[in-house]
Amino acid sequence: MTDPRPLAAADDVEQGKVVLRTEGITKRFGAVVVLRGVDIHLKQGEVLGLVGDNGAGKSTFVKILCGFLRPDSGRIILDGKDVEFHSVREARRHGIEALYQDLALVPQLTVYQNLFLNREQTFGGRLGFVRRRKMRELARQHLHQMNVNVPSVEAEVEQLSGGQRQAIAVARATLEVGKVLLLDEPLAAMGAKESALIIDLVHELSASGDTSMIVIDHNYAHLFELCDRVNVLQDGKVTLDKIVRDTSIEELTELMLSEYRLQVLTARTQLKGRVPEVST
Amino acid sequence: MVAEGSSQGSLPDASPVAPSGARQDRARSVGRFFIVHREVTIFAVLVVLIVFFAVKNGEFLTYDNIVTIGQYVAPVAVIGSGEVLLLTLGEIDLSAGQTFLMSAWITLWLQQDGIPIGWAITISLLCCAAVGAFNGLFTILFNVPSFVTTLGTYYAMLGIVLIVSNDEQVSMVGITGRFGQIFGMSNWAEMFWALGIVVVLHVLLKAARFGWHVTATGGNKLAASEAGIPASRVKIWCFVIVALGAGFVGILDSIRVESLDPASPGTSMMFSAVSAAVIGGTALTGGRGTIIGAFLGACVLGVLNDGFELIGVSANTFTLMLGLVILAAMALNSRLGVLGSSRSGR
Repeated sequence: MTDPRPLAAADDVEQGKVVLRTEGITKRFGAVVVLRGVDIHLKQGEVLGLVGDNGAGKSTFVKILCGFLRPDSGRIILDGKDVEFHSVREARRHGIEALYQDLALVPQLTVYQNLFLNREQTFGGRLGFVRRRKMRELARQHLHQMNVNVPSVEAEVEQLSGGQRQAIAVARATLEVGKVLLLDEPLAAMGAKESALIIDLVHELSASGDTSMIVIDHNYAHLFELCDRVNVLQDGKVTLDKIVRDTSIEELTELMLSEYRLQVLTARTQLKGRVPEVST
Repeated sequence: MVAEGSSQGSLPDASPVAPSGARQDRARSVGRFFIVHREVTIFAVLVVLIVFFAVKNGEFLTYDNIVTIGQYVAPVAVIGSGEVLLLTLGEIDLSAGQTFLMSAWITLWLQQDGIPIGWAITISLLCCAAVGAFNGLFTILFNVPSFVTTLGTYYAMLGIVLIVSNDEQVSMVGITGRFGQIFGMSNWAEMFWALGIVVVLHVLLKAARFGWHVTATGGNKLAASEAGIPASRVKIWCFVIVALGAGFVGILDSIRVESLDPASPGTSMMFSAVSAAVIGGTALTGGRGTIIGAFLGACVLGVLNDGFELIGVSANTFTLMLGLVILAAMALNSRLGVLGSSRSGR
């Protein structure tokens, strides 16, 4: 593979600066190597799609970018500066927000409490008394702006439907406009109406030019609708990096299938070596 | 991972409520009311009990008797409120009763070694905090249920007290003057401290960032940590708070009673405290807890205990009643839970 750096540098001149870049991100869980050196770059206002088979390491990669996991090695460069996130809060402070695949909300807390989870508006310094009224008001405004309908910001999330919860999760990720928004399968488990809402939102955010996004989705049709560029993650590495109009659903499918065929082939050869062949 | 195909069946917006849904809706909102305001139910029960005993026995509402009830209620309320924090986290501290006991003994031992009472109390409380920190750290580092960790520390502390005391009852050092009055000698000292602690813990749980993080960690640990909440730290702090509270009321109690028994009070104190929390409407499943409820639960226990004695029912009957009350409270909890959380069309 060619070194992406000179390429990106050339793009910088043409299409604006690179907001986020990773170099050689690796991560293993015990004996399992999930990421073997992931290099990506994300330009201002760009929407980058991340494709890959189950277990290719997409979610792990996203969790590293948002400070939830630490990489074993590699660099994360934000706005030209090397950064290291020790926590989600730290990543947030740097303007990286995430919407996780599991859309984790706390069912027993209210809508506004979930929106402000761990970024509560407080007074009283270290005592941290919460400003309920202010947060309720901000939550109402934000949900209204995002066209999200819930019975009340004071409703417990437990009472909401699956789609409403998803919308809340998305609303939470966009509560503070960050530099980078990571969306891990934002459209999974979404009805048509909510899907449209998310797609609109992504377009709106990217049009504003302030927020760059990385989107993970299994549905290529969604990806092609959402993204400017796609990267394919296979076996812990980026194996394809193309602008959406230069590639096609067919190409991506073929790439994934070829990997699958290769795996089947390898598995077969390995089996042949070990298992005495059954004569037919 | 959810395949996108399978999700299409469940459209997000609530399906239109069927005609029969109106009644269901009302049941639901009644259920929700009592879920959100669990304290109202338990308060009503408390009032009924007080009226009942007051009518049955003229002595019930005398000053002396109210003092007696208050002295029973205070430690239970404090430890129960602490347990609420842990139960909200989905944890429990079975050793709190022994911390209650041991703190007084440590204070006494230090005093006998000639350390001034103020310092003795301070050092004793630090020991309690260490016990709490140990409970929390052990639970998290070894990933064992706190039920088991605190069962271990429960026996360990009981053992320490039995060994060092030679299993003999002794009298607690008498403390005189204003200091003694404040730290347990006066009739209402323990109750004032208890009220203060309950209010502080209530504010902590409901109106402070820390309390929201407790609820979040107990309700959905994954969500909490994804939002960057340090779940382990939150848990350890709660164990420390419980141990400190238990230790403090343990010292106050011993100063008031002026004697120390190595074996008896720890276990029953812990069970009373957890009962108070449960009767007050805190579930053991995590994510929900009410400190006011635990306080009212402690009052109910105190009133029942004292009331039965006054009207001449034996302590054994009280024990039976306590069991039934806990079962009833749990049944109510789960029924209301079902009513409250059922959504239309499911």
